[in-house]
Formats: sequence, structure tokens, C-alpha cells
Amino acid sequence: MNALKKLFGGNTRQFGMIFALVALIVFFQIFTDGRTLTPGNVINLFNGNSYILILAIGMVLVIIAGHIDLSVGSVAAFVGVFVALAMRDWGFPWWAGVLFGLVLGAVIGAWQGFWVAYVGIPAFIVTLAGMLLFRGFNQFVGKSNTIPVPKEFQFLGSGYLPEVGPETGFNNLTVLLGLIAVAFVVIMSLRARATSKALGADVPELWVEITKLVLICGAILYATYLFATGRPGTSFPIPGLILAVLVLIYGFIADKTVLGRHVYAVGGNRHAAELSGVQSKKVNFLVMMNMSVLAGLAGMIFVGRSTASGPFDGVGWELDAIAAVFIGGAAVTGGVGTVIGSIVGGLVMAVLNNGLQLLGVGADLTQIIKGLVLLAAVAFDVYNKSQGKRSITGLLMKNFQRNNEIKPDETTSTKEVISKEA
Amino acid sequence: MTSLDTQGEPILLEMRSITKEFPGVKALSNVSLRVMAGEIHAICGENGAGKSTLMKVLSGVYPYGSYTGDIVYQAETQQFKDIRASEAAGIVIIHQELALIPELSIMENIFLGNEPTKWGVIDWAEARKRSLELLARVGLREDPDTPIKEIGVGKQQLVEIAKALNKSVKLLILDEPTAALNESDSQHLLDLILGLKGRGITSIIISHKLNEIEQIADEITIIRDGKSIETLNVKRDGVDEDRIIKGMVGRTLESRFPDHEPKIGEVFFEVKDWTVGHPQIQDRLICKGSNFFVRRGEIVGFAGLMGAGRTELARSLFGHSYGRFIKGQVYKDGKQVHLRTVKQAIDAGLGYVTEDRKSLGLNLLDDIKTTTVSAALNKISNYSVVDTRKEFSVAEEYRKSLRTKTPSVEEGVAKLSGGNQQKVVLAKWMFTDPDLLILDEPTRGIDVGAKYEIYGIIQKLANQGKGVIVISSELPELLGLSDRIYTIFEGAITGVLDKNEASQESLMKLMTSARKAA
Repeated sequence: MNALKKLFGGNTRQFGMIFALVALIVFFQIFTDGRTLTPGNVINLFNGNSYILILAIGMVLVIIAGHIDLSVGSVAAFVGVFVALAMRDWGFPWWAGVLFGLVLGAVIGAWQGFWVAYVGIPAFIVTLAGMLLFRGFNQFVGKSNTIPVPKEFQFLGSGYLPEVGPETGFNNLTVLLGLIAVAFVVIMSLRARATSKALGADVPELWVEITKLVLICGAILYATYLFATGRPGTSFPIPGLILAVLVLIYGFIADKTVLGRHVYAVGGNRHAAELSGVQSKKVNFLVMMNMSVLAGLAGMIFVGRSTASGPFDGVGWELDAIAAVFIGGAAVTGGVGTVIGSIVGGLVMAVLNNGLQLLGVGADLTQIIKGLVLLAAVAFDVYNKSQGKRSITGLLMKNFQRNNEIKPDETTSTKEVISKEA
Repeated sequence: MTSLDTQGEPILLEMRSITKEFPGVKALSNVSLRVMAGEIHAICGENGAGKSTLMKVLSGVYPYGSYTGDIVYQAETQQFKDIRASEAAGIVIIHQELALIPELSIMENIFLGNEPTKWGVIDWAEARKRSLELLARVGLREDPDTPIKEIGVGKQQLVEIAKALNKSVKLLILDEPTAALNESDSQHLLDLILGLKGRGITSIIISHKLNEIEQIADEITIIRDGKSIETLNVKRDGVDEDRIIKGMVGRTLESRFPDHEPKIGEVFFEVKDWTVGHPQIQDRLICKGSNFFVRRGEIVGFAGLMGAGRTELARSLFGHSYGRFIKGQVYKDGKQVHLRTVKQAIDAGLGYVTEDRKSLGLNLLDDIKTTTVSAALNKISNYSVVDTRKEFSVAEEYRKSLRTKTPSVEEGVAKLSGGNQQKVVLAKWMFTDPDLLILDEPTRGIDVGAKYEIYGIIQKLANQGKGVIVISSELPELLGLSDRIYTIFEGAITGVLDKNEASQESLMKLMTSARKAA
């Protein structure tokens, strides 16, 4: 158990969620007689959920900053219908359509950001209004009809990496991508280790690091294998590629940039952030605006995948995205959350959905199960935080707890520091 | 009901060898406490010594079974399983952070969770009658229907006591009751506690203000590092402040202030005619045409009673972060500067350490290193990408130079003691390299040892040629630290005294009168 703890160090929630994800996959793999981890199914799973995961990336930033966005599904549908119209009726080429969609998302985001950041209306209200507003606009503009989009645009939502190079029995580009990912992971973690060591910070033992790397790289290579050996014509899907790029960019922004720090600061304690020179209004504005841009992108990918824009695109997406973020360890009160965590949270939901479908469980039961999983994931977290004393899970997670617990009693916590010092 | 000790005096409470462990930490080990019926018993100790933990054990916050040892109260061994159980026995604890609901009225707060009912419906007539009696007993002249948020902290404290009296309290525990009160409110509260003693109510008081303890306590138990060190009888043992401090820190403090040879240069920061309106109330001014200046290398004190407008002055200067700016100019190095936003203020070389560490000064979710660099992220980032390597080494440097007690700079700030949190906040502002650092109550809620260290840091900063403004409610602190002291009364600067001409009496006079500045 100690070894496991070291291996999955970091935060409790991420450990719990990655564990849950793996357990879920194994469970379904067994009970669906191996139908879960087949190339076709994994590709499907990615295709069908990439837009939710993209929303989750934006949503986690919104939630870290202490807000919420209920309008993403409607915004996605709104952008989708306008882009479809622009291409069909106004003669936009596909690339101009994409650009137009992103700009439109930014404009909507600026609208919502204005009300949230500069007028000070709670995001819950602003985006609840937005949810009605943009759904209405979608149906008004599209006259509640479906509007088809051209072939090139469909590539965005249902395309795959093309076949290039020699015949290897694999999709070469997918394999290349997988290898690049492995190299990236190895180099980054070794560099991080070297840096920590140079600074005299604690580093995990070498075997821990290596085992961790082997596990992660193994998982990447296995996924690569699945994606590269699909039905002819399929490979790593384009939406997956977009998602991967976004995860890298946003992970970097959240973790390593001044702006990212400011988002956490505003969500953690807005007053303290302001008194440190953070322009909290600007941060809130940007976060809300960014969410709508990503919602627009998700909407376009969905339209591309379903070959047409429709009046009920994106219904309920906001709930899936929010669920993904909370399962992925974000706090309702803001200040806590990670991009990667939200992706893992989204994948947990996606695998659950997919596996239950393969098992032939109806939509009714699936919803019930998903609801319970969301509740259980957050309850687990809350329970963990409230446990000062040892319990089975508390014992298991004892050393993982950091940052996110605030003890009202400062004097007892002083003791800990003093005794550690001694 | 009560047992007697060897001298034949009645014992109300005896806690015998209480040990309380948190995972990995022994917060209390073998602590004993004996409280006589009808006395005022003070508990002293540095932050983190275990005072509050002991009181939480006593009041059932930590239920029976989660600690070892016996609580004998009114000659019976007690096994409180929660606060309700201890309250039923007449033990009421009033926490440092008041547990009142701001939106509810005084009356509603007094009876919260304990409402007088008739047929299951709240009997407001009875509640009003009883609350008037209770308010009279604590000497609070307010309409019971006044919302809590409309009365000051001092009065809120009285409401808490009224609430306790309503529960027919026998043993009243007060955790830092005067920490947030000004001098006169404190005095009123202390008189009230003495009055309650006259009516047979025993009190346990936890306080950092040793002069108050000396004034009202009959006995003092000193706790250090989770152990009970000694119990002093104030009258018999002739206890004074130095004696208490000696017990708390385990050594005699030669001086409460480090030696300091001021190196004062020319005037570099000047504020003229600074006038600021109240953020909500239209016609009210919180700063009335204030003029002051700071020299290089000078530590300038700002003295004033609670609510005099010291914090408001500081915050309005610091990027207009409080109140409505009306008029006034700021000159730095002879040139006028505009400080309309916090960012402008920081860029102009100002730093402000807030009095309210937890709600305004820190993001309690952050770790030490993130906090340390949070006001000067641009200094450790290239093209707005944070260099985490630099971040770590900067934080590490400050951890060492300020001697912050922490296992690592990656520890969450929420886990640090008040003194160490304050060091992290100081590090954060020191890293912005300000020319003028404004410190608002820099040692509030910090124990004696850490205070000494913080004074040292402040003096060092001044010696580097920075100007330092210290706002403090503790006059001895201002007198010990400052080179010059301004006094503020009702938003106006009423005087300025040099170190050698200032005394508690002369300051107090200026702090309580509208006399025009000299």
C-alpha cells in the first residue's frame, strides 16, 4: 500500500480518480467480454465525448475562479447553427466558418463576461439567462431546422489522421504521435526531477519515478496500439487531436503562467488577490470569455460529427461538463481543480456511459448510476477533508492531504509544524 | 456537589492528565487544570501551546473517547459527547471568532438553538422580555431587534455573553475575548467578567493580553508545548507580566524589542490633504484631509482606537482599495504619483500587509512558495510564464532568512501558525521590494517569541532604507518600535510625537481628542 501511495502521490482526488478510471475500464473489459478495449470502441468513445472534454477544460477554469457556466450547451448550439448558416447561405469556406465560430464564441463570452466581471451579477444567473437566450437564438435563427455542413467541415468532427508512409499494418501518424507523447512524458518528468533535485526539494525515490513512467508510457503505447489498428480508414480521431492540443495548452496556462496563477488566486481568495495587485475583474472576464470560445469549438466539432446543425444540439452538455470537473477534484467554492483532473473526471463518466451501453443497460438506469457516481465522488472527497482522525480511507490517504483543508483552529495546526520541526 | 481541595476551597473543575493526539502529533500531553469555584482562571501560553485544544476537550468539541484523561466537573467525572452535553452541564465556550449570525437580530441570536416555545411555536413576547433582562445584565443598551451586523464587535461580544447567561452558565470559557476590542470595550468586558464572578459564575479566560490577565485573574495556568507548566496564584505569588512571559517561553526575555539604531534619511513619501468618503454612506468621511510624511529608514507608527480610520487610510492609499476617493495627493521622491489601482501602488513601490491575515492577506488554499511570489509574479516569470525553479528558490531564501518554521515551502499556508503565516505574508511583500511598507497590526494573534522576530524583520527593512508604517492597537508595541508616531481620531490626524516625547498617556490623549495636528 505504501508503494502505491508513493506511486500515485500528489493529490488524493487524482489518485482516487485515476484508480477509479482504471478499475472501471478493467471491470467493463471483463463484463463485456473484451468489447471495451477494442479499437472500434475506444475510437468511438473518444469521438463521442471529445466535445464534453473540451467543455470540461474551459469549465474547470471557470469553476476554479469561483463561477459556473450553465450556458455552454446553448452557446455551442448557437455557434453551430450560425457557422452552418454561414457556410451554406453566405458562402463561407470551411476554414472561414471555423474562424467565424471562434470569434462568435468570443463575442458571446465577452457579453457574459461583462455581466459577471464588470456588473457583478453571479455567473449562475448570467449563464442561466444565457442558456435560455442562446437556445432561443439557435432555434430562431435556424428556424428549428437541421442545417447540413459541407464535407470539409465534417472532417473536424469525424475525421481521422490520414494514412501516410509505408504499409506497416498500423496507422503511421498515430504511431508517431504515440511515440512523441511517450518521449514528451519521459523528458518532462526527468527534467522536473532534475530541477527539484537541483533545488534541494524532496524527490520521490528513483524506482517510484521509473515505475510511474513505465506505467504511464505503457498506457500511452497501448492506447496508440488500439488507435492505430482500427478498421481501415479510422485511426486517432481529429477531435481527439484537438483535445490533446488543448489539454497541453490549457494545462500549461493553468500551471505555469501568471494568468493561470491569477485564476487560482481569485478563486481562492478574491480580496487577498486584489490586494496583491491581481485585476480580478479582468481575470473573471477572460475566464468567462474563454469558456464560450471553447463552447463554440465544441459546438462546431459536434456539428461536424453529426453532419448538420440542429435545434437540440448541446442539450445537457453543461451538466456533463460540470460533473466531469467536480469528479475531477475541483471544489465548489473555487480555488481548487486541475485541467488533467477534469479530463480524467470526464473520462470516468465517458467510460461509464460507454460500458453501460455495451452491457445493454438502458438510458434510465445509466442516468441513475451516473448520478450516484457523481455524488459518491464528491462525498468521498468531502468525507476525506472532514476526517481529522484515522479512518480506513483516512489512513490510506493520510499523506495525500494537502492544501485543500483549512482548519478553523490555528493553534492545533501550529502544533504540527512545531512537532515536525522538533 | 463540589469537592474541596486541601485548603478547604471548593473545586469546580479538574482536568486530570489530559492527552489529546492528532494523527502524528501530540497536541496535549498530560495536561492538568484545576479551577476553583467562583474564580477567574487564566490560561496563558504561546500560540500552538494547546490552550484552545484543551478548551475544546473540555467543551466536548473533541468528544469523550477522542482524548485520554479525566474531566471532573462538580465532583463528577464527565463524558461530554458534544457541545450540547457540556452546555447542559453549564459549561459555555465563547470562541475567538464569534458565532453570531449577522443578519439576525440580537434577540434571535441570543435564543438561537434555545428558543422559548409555546405549543411548539416561538414565544417572541417571552423572548423579548428575557432578552431585555439579559441585555441589562451585560450592560448593553441596544434594541433587541437590532441586527447583529449593525453593532460593533465589542457589543457583539456582550451579546455572546448574554447568550451564555441565558443557558444558565456556571463555567464561562472565553477564548481571546478582547483580541478584537478597543481599550474601552475591553475594559467594559473585563468589568463584566468581574461582575459575573461576583454572581458566582466561574470564568476561564484565554488571552494574549497579559496586562488584562494580571488585572482580573485569580489564578493563571501556563501551558507550553502541550504540557501544563505551572499554576500561579496572582495575589499570593505576586505575578507580573514578566513572570508570565517567563513561564510561557521558558526563559526570561531580556527585552521585548530587538536593539535598533535607526538610520533615518530624507523625506521621500508625502501624503497631502488625503480625503476619502465612506464606501456606503454618502456624507461620511473616513479620512479627513490627512497630511503626513515618511523618511527613508524611518519606522512611523499610526496610533488610534478601533474604528479611528487607520486601516481605512492605509487601504485607500494602497490603490484606492477602500472607500470613495475624494481628493488628496501623494508625492514620492518629490514627484506626484497616482495610485488608483493596487497594481499602480505596487509598481510605485508600496506594499500593504493587511490586519486581517486570513480573509484579506492569504489564499489559504495556496502553499508557501506560491504565496511568497504572488504579489510579484512578474519578477519570476519570462513572457508571463512562471519560472517554478526561481519560485522555489525565492521562497526557500525567505524561509531561511525569516526563519519560517515549516517542513517545506510546499506546505499549505493554512497549516502554519499565525506567526509563521505572518512571516510568509511579510516575505511576499518583501519580495516586491517596496520603498514603503505599510504593516497593519503586524503582530495580531502572534505569540511573544514570533513577535520579537517580526520586530527584528521590520527594523532590518528600515535599515535597508525603506520607509515602514506600522499601524497597531498595542501602544507598547508602537512605542517600542516607532521612530515617530501619528495619532488618528475619527479619521483625522490629531498629532505627531517623536519617539522620545511619546508615552502611553500622551498618545492616548491625542487618540481620544479632536485636537488639531501640531
